[in-house]
Amino acid sequence: MAIDVSKKGGSFLIAETDPEEVFIPEDFSEEQKMFAKTAEDFVFNEVIANIKKTEAKEEGAMVGLLKKAGELGLLMIDIPEKYGGLELDKATSMLVAEVISKGGAFATTFGGHTGIGTLPIVFFGTEEQKQKYLPRLATGEIVSAYALTEAGSGSDALAAKARAELTEDGKHYVLNGEKTFISNGGFADVFIVFAKINSEDFSCFIVDRDLKGVSIGAEEKKMGIRGSSTVQFILENVKVPVENLLGEQGKGHRIAFNILNVGRFKLGVGCVGGAKLAFDDTMKYCKDRHQFGQPIISFGMMKNKVANMATNIYVVESMSYRTAGLLDEVLSSIDKESAEAANLIMKGIHEYVTECSILKVKGSEMLDYVVDEAVQMYGGYGYIEDYPVERYYRDSRVARIYEGTNEINRMLITGMLIRKAMKGELPLMEAAKRLQGELMEMPSTDDSDNDGLLAEEMKIIRNVKKVGLLTTGLAFQKFTTSLDQQQGVLGGIADIVIEGYSMESAMLRTQKIAAKGEAEAATVINMTRLYVYETIGKVDLWARELLAACAEGDELRTMLAALRRLTRHTPIDTLGLRQEIADTFIDKDKYEL
Amino acid sequence: MKIGVMVKNVPDTESKIKLSADRKSIEMQGVKFVMNTYDEFAVEEALQLKEKLGADTTVTVFSLGPERLVETLRTALAMGADAAVHLTDPAFEGGDSIANAKVLAKAAEAEGFDLILGGKQGIDFDSAQTLSAVAEFLGMGQAQVVTDIEVGGDNTSLKVRRRIEGGDEIVDVTLPAIISCEKGLNEPRYASLPGIMKAKKKEIKKLGLSELGLSADEVGAAGSGTQVVGYSPLKERPPVKMLEGGPAEQAKELVRLLREEAKVL
Repeated sequence: MAIDVSKKGGSFLIAETDPEEVFIPEDFSEEQKMFAKTAEDFVFNEVIANIKKTEAKEEGAMVGLLKKAGELGLLMIDIPEKYGGLELDKATSMLVAEVISKGGAFATTFGGHTGIGTLPIVFFGTEEQKQKYLPRLATGEIVSAYALTEAGSGSDALAAKARAELTEDGKHYVLNGEKTFISNGGFADVFIVFAKINSEDFSCFIVDRDLKGVSIGAEEKKMGIRGSSTVQFILENVKVPVENLLGEQGKGHRIAFNILNVGRFKLGVGCVGGAKLAFDDTMKYCKDRHQFGQPIISFGMMKNKVANMATNIYVVESMSYRTAGLLDEVLSSIDKESAEAANLIMKGIHEYVTECSILKVKGSEMLDYVVDEAVQMYGGYGYIEDYPVERYYRDSRVARIYEGTNEINRMLITGMLIRKAMKGELPLMEAAKRLQGELMEMPSTDDSDNDGLLAEEMKIIRNVKKVGLLTTGLAFQKFTTSLDQQQGVLGGIADIVIEGYSMESAMLRTQKIAAKGEAEAATVINMTRLYVYETIGKVDLWARELLAACAEGDELRTMLAALRRLTRHTPIDTLGLRQEIADTFIDKDKYEL
Repeated sequence: MKIGVMVKNVPDTESKIKLSADRKSIEMQGVKFVMNTYDEFAVEEALQLKEKLGADTTVTVFSLGPERLVETLRTALAMGADAAVHLTDPAFEGGDSIANAKVLAKAAEAEGFDLILGGKQGIDFDSAQTLSAVAEFLGMGQAQVVTDIEVGGDNTSLKVRRRIEGGDEIVDVTLPAIISCEKGLNEPRYASLPGIMKAKKKEIKKLGLSELGLSADEVGAAGSGTQVVGYSPLKERPPVKMLEGGPAEQAKELVRLLREEAKVL
């Protein structure tokens, strides 16, 4: 599986992308839209219609929804055809995840089953394990859960205390331990459990619920997603057949981290669905709600919020499906019948681990921003349980915490880029060096690329990516191999890299839409401009902080001068732009382009 | 049994409807179209009958209209219909219910359906007469606004329950016949993901004027006895006002508003 350097994961930082090569939501086929329609009908008519029951944890309500989703084929999207699945492309998988996420706690239940609960067997299972479990997981006949976290080991998952010992006859492993915060644990039939063989070799097991010694603690009382089951999972001398060891002894970390890495992109796009729902509800409310004799949506500050919310949704939506396109392209070259298929697919997804982490961080933070403004726009009523935004506000918060905290993901974003550079997979350091040289020269007075649609904004984006390179290169020079200990620096670089990918993704989508007709693209052009100008100031601030941490004296002054060249821009009337953007969405009543 | 289902697509109920500048037509650009709600009951009923009657029963959906209809036909196929017929021709444009019924009847005749199902009305223009007109053209019996269908033992008749003012009427219908479906008849299924994938492989047969053996002057605007001369939207409702205070105070305020603001007392 050879990947062109300009398409390698993380290459967006050093390469230019042709808008025509980017996948955008406007490219969805009739069939993909039909999948989404089924998911949407299911979410509104079954999930949201029964939300009171699931939020009150009415017996069987949530698992019943999962079974119904199974009947519709919604659980079989990522499972190979050979094992009863549909094995659809990632763009479809993400589109369905986006829509399902409008269902609040159900989305966590759905993700717990189809993602972290099922994928370990898809990617690491033996033929027998796949045949035994996947067809039933595909239909929802059995429900799965992922049991990694323990009370004492969250982000530091490898410090788990759960242990496994081989019996004398060599036929079983005896498992002991306690797992915490296990999604779907209350009703799951099968658990993907991590434990150390002989207290040493971190390994993974498939544990059936009905084995003797398996028990479940009480449901956690959570801030949000209250409809989902989150319990403690207890193993007391549980005899697990040796054939249920998943992957190799001592290689459990490969499963634990890879599954989180390759599952993360769906959480990011899920946040888009949640945000759209909050946005649409808020639009309707603010059009109905009158104060001072007019609908509150007509006030300038409210319009500001509408524009910011819509713009941020647009940005994350754009980067989600751009990433989907990258994944589908790399996966399309894999022969799905080959014995190596599962491994190649996982490696293919892993190529874009930086992009997937970016999506998770940016998506969850965008969602929290949108639901926060939604509560604000509902005013006092937003604080009352009778209105849905109260729940959205609580439900969204966990997205920044689970599937790898946003802090761990920020470390991953910068860490993976540097690791790729070190391994010679991505010529990042060479590009950084070239850039440093370029910045020492006299600025070019050539303004030839300053014409045309969004030319100025494209220049800013190119420069933001250069700021990412500049800071990465400098940080590496300063801290070399101890850079992984500099969390503040890693996080700062990640913030800049995230914005580089965000801005560029929105830009590429806008250009692709505008190529079909600029008139119809007016709103997306406005949103792209707003986002670029709003973000460049932040990038400048973060970069200054980083430069000051990595250099001093003359070197710092030189670097700051270089930064000024990269972040220099003349402000545009973003306030006016927001009013314009808001008016188009107010006219439509919802987030629709 | 050969079952035909007449479906149409209508603007999604959440769509904002805008009139053209001359107020003679509705702006279709940007409007999202979905299967007519009552037609969903018809498709579901046909699929349930097929499940009950066995493999030699077929369900064919058919419809007249522009290209966007394909989406709705595809949805019916994804739900489980076996085949679809799309009646499309520039000459069909601008037809009223009767002109359209002529085309639909011709297509139905060619298919030789034993039973034709359809929604009791389209939720867009609400004329609720196309199905009856098709029955008339075909000389078939018809039962409207049906909430229950039972097939007779020998598959040659139906016992149906019709919703009428204050109760139900139970009617025996000899096949072939046309039945219009009402809410309550069933709970339409969703198109499952495997169903959607299978639908991609099913053919949508396209038939135009010549294939149906019709002439241009009997269909479309030319063959219509009625013509829409304009639309006038309802006056926009003023915002809802919530009255505050106890029941007595609220009643008093209501009377005051009815007298002074609404001026109806």
